[in-house]
Amino acid sequence: MKRTLVMLVEDKPGVLNRVTSMIRRRNFNIDSITVGHSVNPGFSRMVISVDGATTAVEQVRKQLDKIIEVVKITDISEENIISRELALIKVESTPETRAEIVRIATDVYRANVVDFTPESIIIEISGDEDKVNSLIDLLRGFGVIELARTGRIAITRGKLGPLPKAGEEQVKKQKNRKTKASK
Amino acid sequence: MAKLKGSQILCESLLKEGTEVVFGFPGGAVLPLYDTLPQYPDLRHILVRHEQAAAHAADAYARVTGKVGVCFATSGPGATNLVTGIANAHLDSVPMVAITGQVARPFIGKDAFQEIDIIGITVPITKHSYAVRKAEELSTVIKEAFHIASTGRPGPVLIDIPKDVFDEEANFNYPEKLDLPGYEPTIHGHPLQIKKAAKLINEAKRPVIITGRGIIISKAYSELKELAEKAQIPVTYTLLGIGGFPESHVLSFGMLGMHGMAYANLAIDSADLIIAIGMRFDDRATSNVSRFATQAQIIHIDIDPAEIGKNLKITVPIVGDCKNVLTELNKIIESQPRVEWVREIEQLRHDHPSHIIRDTEALIPQYVIRQIYEITKGKATIVTGVGQHQMWSAQHYVYDKPNSLVSSGGLGTMGFELPAGMGAKVGIPNEIVWTIAGDGGFQMTIQELATIVQENIGLKIAIMNNGYLGMVRQWQELFYQRRYVATPLAGPDFVKVADAYGIPALRVEHKLDVIPAIQKAMETDGPFLIDFRIEPEENVFPMVAPGASIAEILEEPNKDEASLASK
Repeated sequence: MKRTLVMLVEDKPGVLNRVTSMIRRRNFNIDSITVGHSVNPGFSRMVISVDGATTAVEQVRKQLDKIIEVVKITDISEENIISRELALIKVESTPETRAEIVRIATDVYRANVVDFTPESIIIEISGDEDKVNSLIDLLRGFGVIELARTGRIAITRGKLGPLPKAGEEQVKKQKNRKTKASK
Repeated sequence: MAKLKGSQILCESLLKEGTEVVFGFPGGAVLPLYDTLPQYPDLRHILVRHEQAAAHAADAYARVTGKVGVCFATSGPGATNLVTGIANAHLDSVPMVAITGQVARPFIGKDAFQEIDIIGITVPITKHSYAVRKAEELSTVIKEAFHIASTGRPGPVLIDIPKDVFDEEANFNYPEKLDLPGYEPTIHGHPLQIKKAAKLINEAKRPVIITGRGIIISKAYSELKELAEKAQIPVTYTLLGIGGFPESHVLSFGMLGMHGMAYANLAIDSADLIIAIGMRFDDRATSNVSRFATQAQIIHIDIDPAEIGKNLKITVPIVGDCKNVLTELNKIIESQPRVEWVREIEQLRHDHPSHIIRDTEALIPQYVIRQIYEITKGKATIVTGVGQHQMWSAQHYVYDKPNSLVSSGGLGTMGFELPAGMGAKVGIPNEIVWTIAGDGGFQMTIQELATIVQENIGLKIAIMNNGYLGMVRQWQELFYQRRYVATPLAGPDFVKVADAYGIPALRVEHKLDVIPAIQKAMETDGPFLIDFRIEPEENVFPMVAPGASIAEILEEPNKDEASLASK
């Protein structure tokens, strides 16, 4: 089963290296890792997608939590989450296939056509992995020339989230709460 | 406020953190730092002969004093030479701050002379690391580094400082507060979990305690003793747990594991409850983990949450400092006699007397180590390397004194013995420190004899010289049909070597000469070396073969000849 971990990390040089080094040396299998700014200035948000069948997810969580710059890490797989991936797909096209490619992308998948040349089309799609995979599979029949994917980002539904909200004070409070609650 | 140079800020900050001794080796990138040292006579610098020794010495210094060990090295090869020592401290949870020079900022990333990415190299073997880029960061970095190294589960922290940062001026304000939002170790155990643990202990019929270095780190000696005595629970320990519980205590059942006491392993095998405290179920302790303590529920107390459930399924996990958790636990456990269980394992000890030394005229290492115990009256701190001599030292010295064994456990670093003995003696100069070495490991860091002489470090050295890489030879004998490949070892005449360095030394070839030689070492001021020419093919027993259960233990073959003089 796919598991999703979200983490808040201090935005300092070398943090991504520490995270990936831990994943490698503990022999954890991950599907994707994404990094971007969080709502808190000075902190980044990472989302790690792990295959729960091959890797002990709780060990991943605890080992990553030991990294000093990791402020908080939570397994949100059991929560009601929205996860998305963005893909840019460059497809071969001819005057005969062009209309069909555009129809599949825009009508069926609600994707956008972002580049158009006599010989190729670039399609932008966002959605969960299944949706992205299924569009890519369909387009393979026309000839996929190039593919760029982001990996999974995720967020929980509703007002409350697993990570501290905006404001550094809250970052600290959350951390303390976590410390008290952990057994 | 007057501005200080980066190197001065570093020294001022080290003094603020209570540093008294630094083990190090100079070089190009740290020249400005060394140039500043004479301004700080309270910082004693000990010049080693190889940076690996600086790290091992700082490691052992930290273990015996409970303070943070500090070492210096220059960039490039100086830094990479520290790597083994940093890894050793990492695996044994030793608080250490390693400070490396780096090429000046304009050269970073250009493959400059003696430039190496030591931060990248040491990420997997440090608790944390800092690449300093401005002198004004230094004081905060030092404060954080000492805090991180010494709190929670201790470990090494590396600070990499470019050469020109040492010369850069900045205001010196030692910070009062720390800002580490991602670092807050759990010190107090969860009360509900402690209650659950107490219930299991109160209901258990056959409980066994297994302790590790966590007891020593948190100085939970009296709390452990209270737990064991109040609930009458036998205590066993890992190699690094030695010195956490008095070995001659009636409830002490010795080291467990691959070369543990047979009765300790058998007691664990028939236990219905394991109380694991400050230990991490290392494979040398558990052997085949799927067959470890199969009848037992397990309480695991450790300060590192990631250790819990890593190797074994745990019934009741408690994250917290051993001392705090045991204090709370002791309040609610019931006092009970458990006469039957204690008698049962006392019988195991009688039937499987692993601690007895066989009576022979040959010069065997077990006898030598026991005599070091007798002559020092158990007051020595023993430092070992890795291999047979390490196991014999663990088995046949009697560790009643708290924290009296310094050994390389997790990493198993040959060559640790001499520099670590040196660091230990510097940390506790008024106590007796013996390094027990193998002839293989001793030759890996033999150059430190010069440091010992230059700094007049009164370390006593006993080499268990069998002319083999003994532990590997033992495995070749038992598991590779006696094919002794690359284990016969020609050594130098260690007495002559010691003499060349200016250290008094003796060679001992006969059992009769053991006691006088050890006495002579004790009577001599300063360092002393004894080359014990022991039985070449003596093996370490008991032994659990790799992959076996710890209960399937091979005992010494000629047990019948064993003397009845038990320890």
